[in-house]
Amino acid sequence: MSDDSPVLEIENLGISYFVRAGEIPAVPDFSLTLHRGESFGLVGESGCGKSTVAMAIMRYLGGNGAIVRGRIVLEGQDMAELSEEELRRIRGSKIAMVYQEPMSALNPALTIGRQLTEVPISHEGVSEAEAFDRAVQVLSDVNMPDPESVMRRYPHQISGGQQQRVVIGMAFLSNPSLMLLDEPTTALDVNVEATVIDLIANLRKKYNTTLIYISHNLGLIVKVCDRVGVMYSGEMAEEGTISEVFKDTKHPYTYGLFDCIPSLDADKSARALTPIPGQVSLPHERPPGCAFGPRCRYFEAGRCDSERIEIEDVPGGDSHRVRCVRWGEIDHRHAEVEVEPEDRRRRVPAEVLRIENMDKFYEVRDRSMAAMLSGKSVRYVKANEEVSFNARRGRTVALVGESGCGKSTFAKVLTGLETATKGAIKFNYENIAAIPVDRREPELIAAMQMVFQNPDGTLNPSHSVGGAIGRAIKKFGLAHRRRDVNKRVAELLELVRMPPEFATRKPRQLSGGQKQRIAVARAFAGNPAMVIADEPVSALDVSVQAAVINLLMDVQKEYNTTLLFISHDLSVVRYLSDTIVVMYLGQIMEAGPAAAIFDPPYHPYTEALLSAIPIPDPDIKQKRVRLEGEIPSVINPPKGCRFSTRCPRKIGSICDDVQPPEVEAVPGHRIKCHIPLDELRAVEPIFQKAVEAAE
Amino acid sequence: MIDRVSDRDTGEPVKRDPNVAPEDMVLWLLGKVYDGFNRILEILYYLIRGIYRWLSLLRESPVAIIGLTLIGFWVAVAIFAPWLTSYDPNAQDFNALADPTPGGVHFLGTDHLGRDIWSRLIWGARTVLWVAPTAVAIAYFFGCLMGMLAGYYGGWVDTLVSRISDIILSFPVLILYIILISTVGPSPLNIIVAVTLASSPGIGRIVRGMVLDLRGLEYVDAAKIRGETPFYIMVVELLPNARGPLIVDGCVRMGYTIITIGVLGFLGLGLPPPDPDWGGMVKDTTAMIVVWPHMAVLPSIAISSLVIGFNLMADGLREISMRD
Amino acid sequence: MALFILKRLGLMVLTMVAASFLVFAVMEFSPGDVASKTLGPYASDESKAILFKKLKLNDPLIVRYGRWIGVLTGIIADPLQDPELKLGFSDPRGDRYFGNFGYSTLFKSPVNDILWDRLGNTAMLAGIAFAIIVPVSILFGVLSGMREGSLLDRGLSLTGITLTSIPEFASAVFLMSVFVVTLGWLPGTSTLEVSEWSFASQLVLPVSVLVLYDFGYVARMVRGSMVEVMTRHYIRTAILKGLPYRTVIMRHALRNAMIAPFTVILLQINWLITGVVVTEVVFAYPGYGRMLLEAALFGDITLVEAATVFALFIAVTTQLIGDIGYMLLNPRIRFT
Repeated sequence: MSDDSPVLEIENLGISYFVRAGEIPAVPDFSLTLHRGESFGLVGESGCGKSTVAMAIMRYLGGNGAIVRGRIVLEGQDMAELSEEELRRIRGSKIAMVYQEPMSALNPALTIGRQLTEVPISHEGVSEAEAFDRAVQVLSDVNMPDPESVMRRYPHQISGGQQQRVVIGMAFLSNPSLMLLDEPTTALDVNVEATVIDLIANLRKKYNTTLIYISHNLGLIVKVCDRVGVMYSGEMAEEGTISEVFKDTKHPYTYGLFDCIPSLDADKSARALTPIPGQVSLPHERPPGCAFGPRCRYFEAGRCDSERIEIEDVPGGDSHRVRCVRWGEIDHRHAEVEVEPEDRRRRVPAEVLRIENMDKFYEVRDRSMAAMLSGKSVRYVKANEEVSFNARRGRTVALVGESGCGKSTFAKVLTGLETATKGAIKFNYENIAAIPVDRREPELIAAMQMVFQNPDGTLNPSHSVGGAIGRAIKKFGLAHRRRDVNKRVAELLELVRMPPEFATRKPRQLSGGQKQRIAVARAFAGNPAMVIADEPVSALDVSVQAAVINLLMDVQKEYNTTLLFISHDLSVVRYLSDTIVVMYLGQIMEAGPAAAIFDPPYHPYTEALLSAIPIPDPDIKQKRVRLEGEIPSVINPPKGCRFSTRCPRKIGSICDDVQPPEVEAVPGHRIKCHIPLDELRAVEPIFQKAVEAAE
Repeated sequence: MIDRVSDRDTGEPVKRDPNVAPEDMVLWLLGKVYDGFNRILEILYYLIRGIYRWLSLLRESPVAIIGLTLIGFWVAVAIFAPWLTSYDPNAQDFNALADPTPGGVHFLGTDHLGRDIWSRLIWGARTVLWVAPTAVAIAYFFGCLMGMLAGYYGGWVDTLVSRISDIILSFPVLILYIILISTVGPSPLNIIVAVTLASSPGIGRIVRGMVLDLRGLEYVDAAKIRGETPFYIMVVELLPNARGPLIVDGCVRMGYTIITIGVLGFLGLGLPPPDPDWGGMVKDTTAMIVVWPHMAVLPSIAISSLVIGFNLMADGLREISMRD
Repeated sequence: MALFILKRLGLMVLTMVAASFLVFAVMEFSPGDVASKTLGPYASDESKAILFKKLKLNDPLIVRYGRWIGVLTGIIADPLQDPELKLGFSDPRGDRYFGNFGYSTLFKSPVNDILWDRLGNTAMLAGIAFAIIVPVSILFGVLSGMREGSLLDRGLSLTGITLTSIPEFASAVFLMSVFVVTLGWLPGTSTLEVSEWSFASQLVLPVSVLVLYDFGYVARMVRGSMVEVMTRHYIRTAILKGLPYRTVIMRHALRNAMIAPFTVILLQINWLITGVVVTEVVFAYPGYGRMLLEAALFGDITLVEAATVFALFIAVTTQLIGDIGYMLLNPRIRFT
């Protein structure tokens, strides 16, 4: 139910930052109109200016940012005319904001109750008692267990997901007219993220709040928003309802974004990920005309780079607008890139890695008096238990799971940073389970290398690119003289498609994607038989992700390397892996060929994971399976099935007491569950295409 | 034709053909000298470029420039001391005792024994400016060692080092110095040892903190996975990334050390007389402050200005590193 | 929690034992034999010989250290008071009691007569200085931390740096030349003896020197902590919730900003009592540090050891209180 007058009107907003070097026009022109009860998603990659716009609405741009053009009108009131005091009164009562990293948004030195009650007390002058009641009410609205005792706790005493719920509750406390959410779920696990998203959607309906949801994740936008706007380099490239933008895409950048994201029904053998070439230009180096022009496939000199391009309406649409001169002439559908079909008739390649019943336990000594007296002073963190699978030469195995599932521990054991407590790890038929890295031969070390998650931490900031790669080369014994080393460095840089002059650069001069490429070069320096990639693209923008994934796959093909890909992102995993292993709390719940994992039979945990992935396709119906609570602690886990405490399909006490057997659905596809296979096979698939509209 | 030293294509060393004439051998030798010369020039070039970059960075902070100027003044004065004054710092000019105030022949005046104050100041600068940096450098060496071992290995090494540091740090610093110096006697070496003993734990603690922060980063894991030794990781991977805060701390610590040297001199634990020692100069002349204040004020200004120089530079460096 | 305190107390005792033993050992190596040091440089050979025998000075270091502990705790009688030695050392409290620090050869009286008296004087000085330093530096630190980069902030920084760069004796000299020599408003020495200068006026200059030297340091610590807190996200949350700025500062910022400086401030007490030798020497103030210095220069090892051990005690205690306070103030540690 929409009111007639808009809640928010932004007209030709221009925001700039003023630094010593001059003016940086972060957002040159931005317009938006929102009516009551609407939910608008603002999508874009890092640096596009979406967070800047949010801060501008809150008028919190920091010391050197300023609105240089246009106006923001909130419920009929021009915000530029507000005094500081009036602005303060609006914040937290009429407009509220939620952003990422809930732990840092809450004050660690104050109780949660205090931080909640001060909002109505300071804005509406209510009494302490009434504020307390309202806070408790809002906590139960966000599904916090035992709200009254939570009021007395400090932020660090509750989990990340609960913290974010508190922050959301705090924002809804005064029933604001407008709510801004800036990537609120980035730091959360997939399952927790899904619950928070559901919560936001429900609360929005309940309070009829107008919402601006900012994210880089198109899948989340589909779940929460009615309309969406795609931002590029400070301007709105395309805007409209969800079905207009997602299914009737007009702008080349939007279409490029969709091309980068792996979809659920196509893997690497069917369709290639097409990254967007080039990089976003810096705000003060924006090209004339279309900002996306230099990277656009359909760029036409003379038309796309001459004058300012205004956003125009798409006829026939509800509120569909595009900022492109050529949108009417372009037909995206025929622009798909061909993929070389892989010759699957080759022999099944040799086994490179075989892991048999590996355990990794950490000892935890409880030094409290109580533990000493009861005799149970040594407890075990069973980080990995009964892990068994194998990997073949040239293939990709993905290890999937949420935080605490043991995948990082596994990587550490494999690379020798830790040694296994029990079991065998046979790498090229040699059992390396008990050999730590400092006792491994250089050939073995060179044969198994790793690419890490965080691009900012993966390269030593004091060493040049060439130095970092060169050191690896020298350490693996491939070359020693300066000349030879430099030659190999140049070869590797070419392999990862970076210009050779980058050898002298330092990491701070590189972007995130470039750093990861160097990390790939470094890992492949020794011609490894196996490379472990630990969430290598999670910290990168979508378009850069596609490029790095493609790179990894190309290099893998060239060297015929086995890739062990660790991730929590199931759509990426679906795209590039041959086999998928699903882990939960240190054990393997399900393992098998990639396609088999995504269709029934599912392990109940896999089912929950799949139901929680944000899918950027409004046509796909995704079954909802939500898990209660948080991941339990890994110290002394349940005796039976690890998942029994949260499993929605739990069949009884057998799940708590007895370790479930591993059943083979088809050869190569194992599920560890007590539920009979036939029942699992009969389960509804998670993903179903909705009825197609007529073309 | 110059004999190739190694075959460019295969990298194999080329054997010397014994039938080749000696002139070619000379040419070969010249070739090697040329290579070496090139290499030296390359290193010099990078060094100078680094210093130039560093100096121009410094330009961004006026505070650092003032600091550098003050320090530079005293360093220059100390280096050129013999040429800047004709008076021996220990020589007594009894004629001047009639009016020891500044002006005239002794442009800063003389002290109560007729010794030219300007000479004593600049010769005193020499002592301070070699004892302090040496002491700080040695303290840094031991402090970094302690801190890195404690931070990297953790466990019992950390506990041991931290306990010892705690014991030393729990001594009020001056008391530590008083006991040490009064026991072993004043001399530059003893002062250096005392400063090292007193400062290393503090430095160790800073380094340990930094190592703890850095060792969880991925490039350290990457190094371990490459099979690097702990020594390599500590020195090549970790230490260079700690240099920012350490440099700033170094300047501040220089300031502290100079104050300490001054204080020790003031308490009578400094260098034995008659050598000029700024602290000692103040000690000797405080009694006369009512009549001739300049005798105590001038060395006080000297020491204050030098320490201000170091502290300003430290602040400027901190500012610059923040801006990066 | 209680376990933690117990553990720390144990560590404290251990540290003190280790440190006092170190002091004992270091004094061994000073020039001159133990007898001269115990009796003073003017003792006769005869007394030295008797002392040697009586004290069994040939015993190993550990045993002598143990004996010293024994005297201190009152288990053993102070051998120096044995009338046989004809040293004329007599303590009205007796020769065996708990807390017997021994007999000072410099002052020719029991250590306990001097130590506490001097400590009291320094405590008075320290107390006044502390009472001025803490509120002023917190005020300036918070104000400049709130507005980073402002004129007040830069001014405070520069002032602070300058003040901490001037050693105590130098600032004493500067202050004296202005207030004593030129203006004649204040006395040049502060011996606390009765004179034409009032008691209070004798304290002004020493307190000023201490305040000047320390204020800069503490204010900059507070500022640093405040600046860091102001950049935290929860301050942004508080502002965006629409809370008045004053509430944001007082309720949200200060509570977090004061945690780190708390320990720093507590350590200043430690310095003010045991580290102000220089000020005391300049103004001839009868204080604790000066006592220690004179004893060290004279070679009165009994007094040196006693004073050092007590100084250690103060240091370790303030550290302990600081750590406990930190734990209590920081909810993350208090409630785990």
